[in-house]
Amino acid sequence: MHDPILSIRGLTKTYKNGPRALDSVDLDIYRGEIFALLGPNGAGKTTLIGAVCGLVRPTGGTMHAFGHDLSRDWRSARARIGLVPQELATDMFETVSRAVAYSQGLFGKPSDPARIEEILRSLSLWDKKDAQIRALSGGMKRRVLIAKALAHDPELLFLDEPTAGVDVELRKDMWQQIAALKERGVTIILTTHYIEEAEEMADRVGIIRGGRILMVDEKRAMMERLGTTEAVIALAAPLAALPPTIAAFPVEIASGGMQLIYRGGGTSSGEKGGGRAQVAQMTQALTRAGIEYTSLDIHDSSLEDIFVTLLGEKEAA
Amino acid sequence: MHFNLRSALAIYRREMARAFRTAFQSIISPVLTTSLYFVVFGSVIGARMEPIGGVPYGAFIIPGLLMLTLLGETTSNASFGIYMPRFTGTIYELLSAPVGVAETLAGFVGAAMTKGLILAAIILATATFFVDYEIRYPLLAALYIMLVASSFALFGFILGIWADSFEKLGIIPLLILTPLTFLGGTFYSIRELPAPWDAVALANPIAFLVSGLRYSFYGVSDVPIAVSLGLTLGFLTVCVIVIAVIFRTGWRLRE
Repeated sequence: MHDPILSIRGLTKTYKNGPRALDSVDLDIYRGEIFALLGPNGAGKTTLIGAVCGLVRPTGGTMHAFGHDLSRDWRSARARIGLVPQELATDMFETVSRAVAYSQGLFGKPSDPARIEEILRSLSLWDKKDAQIRALSGGMKRRVLIAKALAHDPELLFLDEPTAGVDVELRKDMWQQIAALKERGVTIILTTHYIEEAEEMADRVGIIRGGRILMVDEKRAMMERLGTTEAVIALAAPLAALPPTIAAFPVEIASGGMQLIYRGGGTSSGEKGGGRAQVAQMTQALTRAGIEYTSLDIHDSSLEDIFVTLLGEKEAA
Repeated sequence: MHFNLRSALAIYRREMARAFRTAFQSIISPVLTTSLYFVVFGSVIGARMEPIGGVPYGAFIIPGLLMLTLLGETTSNASFGIYMPRFTGTIYELLSAPVGVAETLAGFVGAAMTKGLILAAIILATATFFVDYEIRYPLLAALYIMLVASSFALFGFILGIWADSFEKLGIIPLLILTPLTFLGGTFYSIRELPAPWDAVALANPIAFLVSGLRYSFYGVSDVPIAVSLGLTLGFLTVCVIVIAVIFRTGWRLRE
């Protein structure tokens, strides 16, 4: 794979008389991807973002962005990084367009009203450009923060809990915005504790807890590797016992012989292609064995199930 | 050493815009307060006072009153300028921007200085309505006002970073700067104090500031002008060093 756009090695942050917020984190982010950092509250997501963006002073480790060492060449690196914080921190008395213009200047860009108009329009904020930020709704304030973060056209954008406290409709809206940014070639790192969000948006997922990255993988691979499949097969006639060709599969008889329930996939299947492929093989075996079935209902476990299982296992370990 | 002019200008403009948004508080209110001093001490009481060092009393108090407002306003303006973003959380943007100590200071302190100078000009203009005065060394006066404004803007900046509550933010100007300015010879010459208070008064650094400004106005001073200038420059240097250390260590700025 090509060189990472952001490369973190051994990043550690220990607060005075506090817990270790980051514990030797290694992470590589590649150009053009959406990376979701997933973890419970207090896992270290915001600290990790803060360390990259200059809000937190790391205790140890190295960070490189665009090939620049962040501890030395932070100016060149930061000019290409944008941050949308979790808290709705805005200058309440400033107007929307002036706030965005300020961000543009602060990051060293020449004043570009056309670009600001473009950004505000893309975030449906153009008709609010002269409104004071305090007069806006929570969802709009969030979009103002995004507009500010985009004002210097960052190549790498951090979104810390972009949809926290945002209603369902706005959340879908936000997902579209993020997808549009990716289209434009912006690399995005988002943190969330809504697993649904990571499932919807991310190319790759990192799971963090207690300041440690537990796992980083492509979302699909993670779901394939760790996910499980449940298939319920309704039989045409009751079945008393499983024929040997069927018993080889992780399947059991239910509902007084009227149903077969398959539970497999993930690491337990030991098969390539995961549970769905195995279910397909099993249905062929059923046909060969002369067992008729009337319906087939397949359900894959979500990233949420994986997440809960993974955190549970680590808890037990 | 990098210096990002656009960033510094963005901060500067924003701080100036903030001042104009709160023009009443930041300009009209100090002018009103100073006008009251001129009316009461300059015109009414001053008419009954003997000239001090050959300077009529009404004119004598102008440099001190100017210093009083300049110190208070520049300090609180610069301290608010950096404290508010810390308080509201908007400082995240400054910290994540490609902006270092030089741009930050140029923006915040430059704006605080400008506001101080505008204020000084307005106060001097207001004073002409109440008393007759002439400035003997206008260039020196302008230079000295700028020096004091920049020093106390830096001091205010440190204050705004140090403070972790609104109470602490207000306490230094209110409990230290204002009393010291009053005691520093704003309304009298410290030479006229009975011993040992004339010596004690010289322990007050602001006495040197008032004296220096008065020298540039009328050519009379309690202490030599070189001492006043030297002390102000020394204070400026200390503030710059403290701020450089703050940025290097991230104290109260970066977790």
